[in-house]
Amino acid sequence: MHSGILAEFPSEDALVRAWEELAREGYARVTSFTPYVVRRIAGPPATTAVLWIMLAAALLGGAGGYGLEWWCNAWSYPLDVGGRPFHAAVAFIPIAFESAVLASSVVGFFAMLIACGLPRLSHPVFEIDGFERATVDRFWIGVDDADPRFEEGVADALLRMGALRCERLGGPR
Amino acid sequence: MSAAAPLELLAEEETGGEPVLLRAGSDAELTDRLLAPLWARWAWFPYAIGATALGSAVLFAVVGYTMVTGIGLWGNNIPVAWAFAITNFVWWIGIGHAGTFISAILLLFEVHWRTSINRFAEAMTLFAVVQAGLFPILHLGRPWFAYWLIPYPSEMGVWPQFRSALPWDVVAVTTYLTVSVLFWYSGLLPDLAVARDRAPTRLRRQAYGLLALGWRGELGQWRQFRVVYAVFAGIATPLVLSVHTNVSFDFAIAQLPGWHSTIFPPYFVAGAIYSGFAMVLQLMIPARRIFRLDDVITKNHLDNMGKMLLVTGWVVTYTYMLEPFLAWYGHDPFERFVMLRNRPFGHYAAVYWLVVFCNCVAVQALWVRRLRTSPAGLFVVACIVQVGMWSERFMLIVTSLQRDFLPSSWRNYTPTWVDWTILGGTISFFLFLFLLFLRVMPFIPISELKEMRREIVRRRAVEAETVVRLPLAGRGGGRA
Repeated sequence: MHSGILAEFPSEDALVRAWEELAREGYARVTSFTPYVVRRIAGPPATTAVLWIMLAAALLGGAGGYGLEWWCNAWSYPLDVGGRPFHAAVAFIPIAFESAVLASSVVGFFAMLIACGLPRLSHPVFEIDGFERATVDRFWIGVDDADPRFEEGVADALLRMGALRCERLGGPR
Repeated sequence: MSAAAPLELLAEEETGGEPVLLRAGSDAELTDRLLAPLWARWAWFPYAIGATALGSAVLFAVVGYTMVTGIGLWGNNIPVAWAFAITNFVWWIGIGHAGTFISAILLLFEVHWRTSINRFAEAMTLFAVVQAGLFPILHLGRPWFAYWLIPYPSEMGVWPQFRSALPWDVVAVTTYLTVSVLFWYSGLLPDLAVARDRAPTRLRRQAYGLLALGWRGELGQWRQFRVVYAVFAGIATPLVLSVHTNVSFDFAIAQLPGWHSTIFPPYFVAGAIYSGFAMVLQLMIPARRIFRLDDVITKNHLDNMGKMLLVTGWVVTYTYMLEPFLAWYGHDPFERFVMLRNRPFGHYAAVYWLVVFCNCVAVQALWVRRLRTSPAGLFVVACIVQVGMWSERFMLIVTSLQRDFLPSSWRNYTPTWVDWTILGGTISFFLFLFLLFLRVMPFIPISELKEMRREIVRRRAVEAETVVRLPLAGRGGGRA
């Protein structure tokens, strides 16, 4: 989120209460900034696009590793070692497996960073004084002003729900 | 009950009895407590880092000497061509297994006591794998051609031979190193962000800010992070098992008596985790004392690590018992000679009995609960295990090579001062890297620990409510 209202809460419980209330009121574009993952609002782990990318990378990596072994030892330079088969499927398994793991982890790591919008060293939320406690012991809720239900009055509502303070992120549209 | 209420004692584990977290006040207190070592001045640090840097310099000098002169400086001969280099390689890579075991496998099993020590163990893994990688490369004889191990298109038109187990190792070890780095760094992101937000000086704020890549703890980020981190653990789990399996294939695929056995993969993996856990204890116990971490690394952790040592120790012991049995049962005269005569009564019998004492006998002390929860006692046992595991690899490699099929080619092996110096040098270099890690990185996972603390607080609150409410709801009616 880049502009909207940010509200600071003192505890996880206060955050969850406000979160549920906002959901009841029909807010859709709400996010949170927390020191650790708050399971009650993050919900159960879901299958994300990154996971499908990782799966594809694993399959491609495994097939690529196996193909490379086959190409090197059975096609480009077949070397007869005591009559053993050039295309030694069983002997090619370990490297195929390792290549699958390598490809999916490397791709997965960068895909995760991209999905998280990282690296991004400068972000509007960092301009707010005291926001650095979001990684320590404060729980912030952000209501995006692109939300169809959004109105500036949501700040007062958030304060009634127990927010310590509210901050306007970006200018009013 | 408010989240910030000071808690005297947290988390009675259902199984263990000892708590996994003590005296954790508020989130802010816990954070500052865990970050404090980063900002503090350590009086002992210059001496420690100086000593290990000196040791590392000696290592590089001797490695340089070896590269200039050749590996004739080592005690290796034919038939004992593997000797120290491969012993050290297998030992170090084995140590490097505990890190991912603790962070990945114990994460999947949702073991609570993993949380405080996983960062530690992961860093240990990385640095151990770095040491391990040094040996096969030097052992090539002409290490500047190490890149021939990679299939790259060259004018020679030849490729690595993938039907041999040795290229499997190359891929397994480099994959393991890469995945361990990524897994470690992903887990560090939220903690680097805390370090950024708590840094006392502008320079540190910028340094940690760069490393944290701009982590904000936003909901979408947590959702992505959590899923990918768990899947990383899922794929790192078979990876850990596969790496030492591949190392064991170097032996098992060969025809030599004492090596050619299907028991090798599980035997090697158990041995690797055994020595790895011993190394975690060897590093953790001094750090726990120096940084007074007994509230986050509690007796519960020590107790459980001790139990893990005992379990893996017994797996290793079981293999030691099974190997001679298989040799006897298999009726192969060469196999019988190595297992039943050469190892226990041959030239290196002292090493064999040292292995039996360290790995099978000494570890039995850990049946005593008081010893498992005593840092000094555990530290001593871990050191003994470490010596035992190194000696085991030495015994395994040297006794099989030194007496192979043809008595005319039999020859004993004696390490030279260069061998010993390189081994000592890698220990120094390992400690050097580990000290640097302790100095600059948050070495106890902060956000995970806060999450765990929160879970414990909530579980307690729920339990307290249930206890009060059940009789009121009339379910337990009738009981006084």
